[in-house]
Amino acid sequence: MYETVIGLEVHAQLKTRTKAFCGCLNEFGAPANTRTCPVCLGFPGSLPVLNEMAFEHGMKAALALNCQIQNFTKFDRKHYFYPDLPKNYQISQYDLPLALDGGLKIKIKDREKTIPVKRVHLEEDAGKLIHEGEGSLVDYNRAGVPLLEIVTEPEIHSPDEAYEYLSELKAILKYLEVSDCDMEKGSLRCDANISLRLIGAEKLGTKTELKNMNSFKAVREALNYEIKRQTGILESGQRIIQETLLWDEVSAKTVAMRSKEEAMDYRYFTEPDLPGFVLTEEKIKAVKDNLPELPQALKQRFIRDYGLSDYDVEILAQEKRVADYFEACFKIYPQAKSISNWLIGPLSYELNSRNLDIQSLGLKPPELTTLISFVDQDKISNLSAKEVLTARLNSKKTVEEIIQEKDLLQICDSGELSAIIDAVISANQKSVQDYSSGKANALMFLVGQVMRQSKGKANPKVAQEMLKEKLTNV
Amino acid sequence: MPAEKPLYALTGLELLDLIKQKKIGIADILESQSLRTKAVEGKVKAFARFTDNTTSGIPIAVKDNICIQGQPTTCASKILENFIPPYDATVIQRLKNAGFIIQGQTNMDEFAFGSSCENSAFFPTRNPWNLDCVPGGSSGGSAAAVAGDEAVWALGSDTGGSIRQPASFCGVVGLKPTYGRVSRYGLIAFASSLDQIGPLTKDVRDNAYLTSIISGHDPRDSTSLNLPVGDYLKSLEKDIKGIKIGVPKEYFSLSANAGLEGLDGEVKEAVEEAIAQLRKLGAVVSEVSLPHTEYAVGVYYIVATAEASSNLARFDGVQYGLRVRSADNLIAMYKKTRQAGFGPEAKRRIILGTYVLSHGYYEAYYVRALKVRALIARDFTEAFKEYDCIVTPTSPTTAFGLGEKLENPLAMYLSDVYTISANLAGVPAISVPCGFSKKGLPIGLQITAKAFDEEMLFRTAYNYEQATPWHKLKPKI
Amino acid sequence: MIISKDDVLKVANLARIELNQEELNLFSGQLESVLEFIAKLKKADVSSVKPMSHILDIQNVLRADIPGESLPNALVLKNAPESLKGHFRVPKVIE
Repeated sequence: MYETVIGLEVHAQLKTRTKAFCGCLNEFGAPANTRTCPVCLGFPGSLPVLNEMAFEHGMKAALALNCQIQNFTKFDRKHYFYPDLPKNYQISQYDLPLALDGGLKIKIKDREKTIPVKRVHLEEDAGKLIHEGEGSLVDYNRAGVPLLEIVTEPEIHSPDEAYEYLSELKAILKYLEVSDCDMEKGSLRCDANISLRLIGAEKLGTKTELKNMNSFKAVREALNYEIKRQTGILESGQRIIQETLLWDEVSAKTVAMRSKEEAMDYRYFTEPDLPGFVLTEEKIKAVKDNLPELPQALKQRFIRDYGLSDYDVEILAQEKRVADYFEACFKIYPQAKSISNWLIGPLSYELNSRNLDIQSLGLKPPELTTLISFVDQDKISNLSAKEVLTARLNSKKTVEEIIQEKDLLQICDSGELSAIIDAVISANQKSVQDYSSGKANALMFLVGQVMRQSKGKANPKVAQEMLKEKLTNV
Repeated sequence: MPAEKPLYALTGLELLDLIKQKKIGIADILESQSLRTKAVEGKVKAFARFTDNTTSGIPIAVKDNICIQGQPTTCASKILENFIPPYDATVIQRLKNAGFIIQGQTNMDEFAFGSSCENSAFFPTRNPWNLDCVPGGSSGGSAAAVAGDEAVWALGSDTGGSIRQPASFCGVVGLKPTYGRVSRYGLIAFASSLDQIGPLTKDVRDNAYLTSIISGHDPRDSTSLNLPVGDYLKSLEKDIKGIKIGVPKEYFSLSANAGLEGLDGEVKEAVEEAIAQLRKLGAVVSEVSLPHTEYAVGVYYIVATAEASSNLARFDGVQYGLRVRSADNLIAMYKKTRQAGFGPEAKRRIILGTYVLSHGYYEAYYVRALKVRALIARDFTEAFKEYDCIVTPTSPTTAFGLGEKLENPLAMYLSDVYTISANLAGVPAISVPCGFSKKGLPIGLQITAKAFDEEMLFRTAYNYEQATPWHKLKPKI
Repeated sequence: MIISKDDVLKVANLARIELNQEELNLFSGQLESVLEFIAKLKKADVSSVKPMSHILDIQNVLRADIPGESLPNALVLKNAPESLKGHFRVPKVIE
């Protein structure tokens, strides 16, 4: 009887060479405070200058989310004292953000729905605080890394919708190559706000804010937990307290942050050190026209042009590089279904077990298509082919070399096979009779005998066909 | 060339000329300077500290809020004590590239908050013309050093008059360039939308010369404009026949409106004589209106303090400067450090600036001030459609006594009434000596021109200066 | 009265400045008179203008995404009141 109302706020680190306002490298994992300079440390007298790549990445993402890029945008200072914030203000965007009013289409249980995106803006990341002993240690390598904040309207109505939205958003940002979207490394972060209201009610209920969720799964779990918690409170006639809650992965619970000393008052005002930005329709159009194909369009095209199933396409399109790889293979060997099966099946298994992505795997598309064509032409068995793939990835040998070395070529030559079959027929008359009297199992026994006689190299399909033919003619 | 004068008493360009003629070497200048400093610095106290230079060059004094690599730079504040910047401000780089060395860093009002140099955490600087009077501020140390011949020339910074008012009080030439003309990179910010670095010099030629060295586009400052720098020395060669000068009536009838003691009679007289002199030189002078002048001080103390509260938030004891160690948690450390590190005027301004930005007051104070700022800027745009420059007093009074306004911040703020508008409008303005009071204190004439027309300022100021004796007079210390 | 002592304390706290009683008394009075003076801005007719944040008529100042120099860690920490293992160290954070 309650309706769930969820809004999501995503922070994506933009993939640039340098930070948002200085030339320090935007790089994860460097020794503490070695990717820092007077600007990102906020040293007295230093001044910011905006990285054009960060700006362009922001525009691309906003356009891909169907947002309206604003003709004038500017930066603001957001003030709060915290040691990870070198200037004790964050350069962000407040009243005139980069883009407004977009939407992202998601599929939820075969139904399409558009999640409205309220705003997209640029800002700088903060440093990292490590609590140690009686104090905290501060590393400013991350301070000043460009961030894109993407905020939805509170129009997500279930944790599953939230999950789908995040997955689709991540796919888009990765297709655009504007963010790595790696939640483990913190390059994608998500906060949620959630409230419940009686179905049909117009007024929104009191919301809580959820933080500290380290995966999309955690977002879904935290939201599910919070729905139960809030429902319990409301049903017992109590009120929800507006507060910020932290998701605790271990106990699978939300816990209240210790209450802030005072209500936040960020005292936003226009960043005087950065003049504003005017974006003409031409400039916006130029960026829009250069957007790469996005996941939705790619999926439609794959279904249309390659006749692949929805299921296959969903998997292939998850990673742009995999989709690209598929197309490279198709150009060499236009058998969409076979390629798709191999990418989704054996290749994906190898990627996972080796923890590699398709680019770093080092298998060129022609190598894969050669292997697939051997299978398709019944020259080797499916099982052998998987063995070849593994062997190929473990060595520098070619597919052909491995097949030869392991002697995996199947006997398809009808003369050689015919002789073996004739011998099997004459040696197993009992089974031949059984087959003639309608016992289908007998055929399988005979095929088995052929396989044995050929030391497993006969192609079972061809052997079966030939057997059938010969038995009918007996 | 007045050969009988000691080297320290010469202007920068006079010295450069003697070097070029191989009559003196840089060592001679440094020696003369050093003797002079020994003789008078104990009385004037213009310097926060002197620097040990390993290289030789033309000496210049720099205000203590411009970062110098490897040298303490403290804004005359306890909170930045021992802060050593790891980099040079762009102007310092430009000076070094031009063969200068920094002889020392001059005293100032803490973080440039003040008009008397009394808000320094070190000590007050005194006016070389009368040691019981203030040198003005906030670049009081730079002005006093130049006036007392302790420095050939100096750099200051001007957010609401901090170069021009002390120049006026000390009888030297001070320029606030157009906003965007000189890079702010490395200038420890007071109010980012108003701050500019500029030179304080013994005469207009030196000023034009130094300005041409420090000006120009800097890719590290987003608000530095990519416009060619004019040939400022060359602009001095032109006369001012036929140029149109506006005299804003509001500046002469301000007392009633502004609630201050008003324009000093002697200052008024000196400025009127200067205007007569400009007429004699061929300028066409008439009355102009800058109708929103009366709001300038109010707008300034909202905009400047708001930005200052933000710019000074970084002084928190985490990365550099003072940290009070008795606090056992972070918030207490912040609060105690900032209590101990900032002087009273800094605290007042941070609190005022935080207040006008805070929830519930932002629209009424800050946004309104930004709108009135637009009106003030528009006044100037309109005036410069008709006039080449605007002439006013630099300050309503001559130098006041030490301690006189210290307990009354508002009275101190109102002494900036004539200089603030140029910062709000972003236009360049220069102060040149235009006479002395009966007590022997200097009076300054302020000339304002349209944005990026520093040439007009130098040209007008130079023609006036050459026709008058004021710049040649020296204080007896 | 425009600004009370409570207001001053609240704002000082927001600005993370501790004030003793003497400072509080002094600043409250001084700020009151400054705010009284500032109140005259209410008279200005601002109906024809937009708030002016930047005085310069320039836009789109950007830099190329080209790496510049970072400071060596020792120089980063040179001014630090307290540092440990390449980090700045601060007292315990209490939310």
